[in-house]
Amino acid sequence: MRRFFTVALLIMRKDLRVETRSRELFLTTLFFSVSTVLVFAFGFVRDGRPVENAVAGILWIAIAFAGTLALGRTFERERYHDVLRALLLAPVDRPAIYVGKLLGILALLAAVEVVIVPLVALLFQAPLFRQPILTFLLLSLGTLGFSAVGTLFGAMLVRARSRDVLLPVLLYPITIPVIIAGVRGIAVLLQPEVDVAMARAWIGMLVFFDVVFITLSLWTFEPVMTE
Amino acid sequence: MMHRMFSVVIVIATIFFVCAPVFIAWAPYESTMGLVQKIFYFHVPSWAAMFVAAFVCGIASAVFLFRGRLISDRIAVASAELVVVFGLIGLVSGPLWARKAWGVWWQWDARLTMALVLWMIFIAYLLLREYGGPGSEKLAAGVALFGMANVPFVYWSVNVWRTVHPTTNVVPTLVPGMRGPLWWSLVGFLLLYVLAMMARVRLETQRAALERIYRELDD
Amino acid sequence: MIRNGTLCGLKGDVVKVAVKRLAVLCLLLSLCIGVIETSAEEFRAQSMQSSQQDEFVPIDQLDVEDQLPAAPLLVAAYAFAWVAMFVYLWSIWRRLARVERELASLANRTTDR
Repeated sequence: MRRFFTVALLIMRKDLRVETRSRELFLTTLFFSVSTVLVFAFGFVRDGRPVENAVAGILWIAIAFAGTLALGRTFERERYHDVLRALLLAPVDRPAIYVGKLLGILALLAAVEVVIVPLVALLFQAPLFRQPILTFLLLSLGTLGFSAVGTLFGAMLVRARSRDVLLPVLLYPITIPVIIAGVRGIAVLLQPEVDVAMARAWIGMLVFFDVVFITLSLWTFEPVMTE
Repeated sequence: MMHRMFSVVIVIATIFFVCAPVFIAWAPYESTMGLVQKIFYFHVPSWAAMFVAAFVCGIASAVFLFRGRLISDRIAVASAELVVVFGLIGLVSGPLWARKAWGVWWQWDARLTMALVLWMIFIAYLLLREYGGPGSEKLAAGVALFGMANVPFVYWSVNVWRTVHPTTNVVPTLVPGMRGPLWWSLVGFLLLYVLAMMARVRLETQRAALERIYRELDD
Repeated sequence: MIRNGTLCGLKGDVVKVAVKRLAVLCLLLSLCIGVIETSAEEFRAQSMQSSQQDEFVPIDQLDVEDQLPAAPLLVAAYAFAWVAMFVYLWSIWRRLARVERELASLANRTTDR
């Protein structure tokens, strides 16, 4: 068990080191999500005021789009240098490789969210930080569920043709439950009167889907990745 | 042999589909929705057949992933196609019913949204198999497992959230006059599913045989 | 003897892994059910709509004006189900016929050679 986490952390550190040297993924993903927010701002702002309840959706769509882009790019980089094949040849638990990649993606998306969430709060005058713990839980659990499926699909599509189109095609329908829970949960927090029990219910749903998705991913990673 | 099986398919399907409207016409009208409620007798069986197909697809995919049986992969792809066909029937008959009962074609409530999502997952599955290139069967099998995980959620969603869609409690509390036609259609749809799946598996087996012969000729 | 032992060991491992997986699955399942049940109450309590139907009540007579607009919708739904199913079956049949024709012609060619 300790070995499992050592391997996972090692892979995450490798990804983060590559990233801190070039900062390619972080900067491009961040800029992309900011542009997404801007595009939505043009679509949903009437007479200088955002349409009611649009903020939660805008935030999550920006995160999901940025996540897809980051996932595709991460695994493209792996494919280019045949890193994934080398990792799979290493005598370690396959699920550990998955967890390592997942942690790397999560770290990257967390860094993007640290910028994008305050930006959305600022631009749309959204009281996102009234319940900081609930906001944090909703965002982190939602991102976890999205990246858990995304990492598995990103890794397995490395071998497939037309992978850049297929990743969002597969990823969005399957992660829609997570996105729904995230959007509705954040929307609850943005109401004038925060219904804490309702927000907790959405967090419960996120936990449910996170558990299901991570379990399924850990089980299927090994057979899917063996050629 | 294939042709005999196929005529069996057509005969059984025809018997069920020809008799079904008669039974449905005999069934009593529902108090609030009236005539249009009779879409129920095709709508529910098509979704039931879709759920069964989705489960078979998921289980067959798991067997293929962990055991590597080729036949289960063929069953999985056949079931996935049938999920899409039955889902399409459900998705078309549903709005036609809703137009009269709720006054709108579509409601963005939990049941409808999740059912649409489930249907799209299996379309994504077929797209992956079609355009994923060699080795995509295994990747698609992983996708099918995630699709299957969504089925119980779609089923329960209507009881967990209060939506405009009738609950699953409707079916066990049906009066005998309504229960008969429903079960007739249900059995008909499930039979149709099994037989269509057999034909589709046969097609996949023949394709594999053809490919093998071509490969041998190449060598 | 040794081989036997290793075999037994392997078998034991497989069983152990299976049992472990089953235990984990049961645990997760119960956790999930617990989570969903607790949140389900919340979602139910939250709901504003009470128009959801719990059962269908049959009636004997139907108003004439109610019957007219519903009929085309009903017919359209049935017609679509029929057409969709038969188009699908026909497409399987056509694809099968093509593959079998190709198989037959290939068999002829290989026997000719």
